[in-house]
Amino acid sequence: MIDVVNLEKHFGGENVLNGINTTIHKGDVVCVIGPSGSGKSTFLRCLNMLEKPTGGKIIFEGDDLMDKRVDLNAHRQKMGMVFQQFNLFPHMTIMENLTVAPLLLKKFDKGRAQEKALELLDRVGLADRANDYPSQLSGGQQQRVAICRALCMEPDVMLFDEPTSALDPEMVGEVLDVMKELAKAGMTMVVVTHEMGFAREVSNRVLFLDGGVIAEEGTPDAIFNHPQCERLQSFLAKVL
Amino acid sequence: MSFFEKFYQIFVEKGYYTLMLDGFKSTLIITVGALAIGLVIGTIIAVIKYFGDDSKPMRPLVWLCDLYTTVVRGIPVVVLLLIFFFVIFASSKNGIAIATLTFGINSGAYMAELVRSGLNAVNAGQMEAGRSLGLSKLQTMRKIILPQAIRYILPAIFNELIALLKETSVAGYVAVVDLTRAGTLVRNNTYNAVVPLTLVAVVYLVLVVLLTRLLRLLERRMSTDDRRRKS
Ligand SMILES: Nc1ncnc2c1ncn2[C@@H]1O[C@H](COP(=O)(O)OP(=O)(O)OP(=O)(O)O)[C@@H](O)[C@H]1O
Ligand SMILES: [Mg+2]
Repeated sequence: MIDVVNLEKHFGGENVLNGINTTIHKGDVVCVIGPSGSGKSTFLRCLNMLEKPTGGKIIFEGDDLMDKRVDLNAHRQKMGMVFQQFNLFPHMTIMENLTVAPLLLKKFDKGRAQEKALELLDRVGLADRANDYPSQLSGGQQQRVAICRALCMEPDVMLFDEPTSALDPEMVGEVLDVMKELAKAGMTMVVVTHEMGFAREVSNRVLFLDGGVIAEEGTPDAIFNHPQCERLQSFLAKVL
Repeated sequence: MSFFEKFYQIFVEKGYYTLMLDGFKSTLIITVGALAIGLVIGTIIAVIKYFGDDSKPMRPLVWLCDLYTTVVRGIPVVVLLLIFFFVIFASSKNGIAIATLTFGINSGAYMAELVRSGLNAVNAGQMEAGRSLGLSKLQTMRKIILPQAIRYILPAIFNELIALLKETSVAGYVAVVDLTRAGTLVRNNTYNAVVPLTLVAVVYLVLVVLLTRLLRLLERRMSTDDRRRKS
């Protein structure tokens, strides 16, 4: 589904990503872990080109996103993204947050879009909040809404950048539960996270990023129970 | 004769109230029209600069916008008005339209900065969220960024409206009979300065006070809105 080939990203003189190679298959739940500043967010944001790579290729469903001729907006519709800071639209109700993109992009008509939105909100237990504004919701609720907003476009893959890091501890669970449901339903997911429990339990593959490269990659069992490289061993010793 | 007897004589008996009303109407038309034009121009410039910062193909456009704001800000609005009336549109005698356009173009240069500050006040994550859903830059701008930016700068837009209202009092330079000019005409015809000028001043004053009230009301409603949204 997504082929990452020799992905590089430099900010000015700083080399943040130094040649990343990996493939995300349909149905994969890939967790990306690594120390702060290792380039996890940058890697994720390169996948949907919010950050323009300075080298390499991102091949999504057969098209190289670095090619100037591809319609990035059309591809982004197929890649949902969930941000650490939720980034809900504060001037819109929850319903409007969910339907603004499908309506503008003519994916659904209004009736169908609202129906779809309510369906999704119901799945995360927030159907009764459809007419509220984001600031009336708790952080955990906002993040669940943000997940619904991305899902409303019926994406083929969902990208998560530390979706629970900005949350009070008691709200982390409710968001992780929604993500687990999503994984169980077969959604392809790439999740940057510090939640090792989630990575261990839900993912089928873990990437350990360090110094802008994938220092180690494998099943959760291999990564957490039999780490090979020393950097990963010391990283796990710190976070577990 | 007392002030009020004189007032009655000039405006009612001699019928000058129609002239004043016409002037009042012209002032309102010019002010509101100029505000609309200024907002449109200001928004277009602000958006061009917002996107132009990191887009090479847009450099010439950004340069044009800078030229526009520099030129307009550097010329007194009366001079601008004279140039528009006697040079650029010398063949047209529609003074009100020309005045509206001139004040609009003038206001646009200031509005551009205002709207830009509003755009910059919107969190960068909003643009990213819009783009991540597949919306184009312009769609995100129109639906996500601008509505939030306008809310931030609404009070400043009102101040601009008030300044604009008073600024239009120089429209008489180009044969437009606005409120001020109407007062001058009455003064010339009746050889009385106190009565027409007092009326003109009071009308401006009342308008400004009303607008200020409206602004306070709006600000209060926005803050209770926010409180409702935050509670
Ligand atoms: N827009 C930018 N301009 C310049 N440097 C940047 C930019 N974005 C990220 N960086 C740099 O790139 C490096 C990697 O950042 P990134 O956010 O990808 O790390 P991360 O692994 O997500 O870290 P964290 O766990 O703290 O979120 C950091 O050193 C950061 O300073
Ligand atoms: Mg990060």
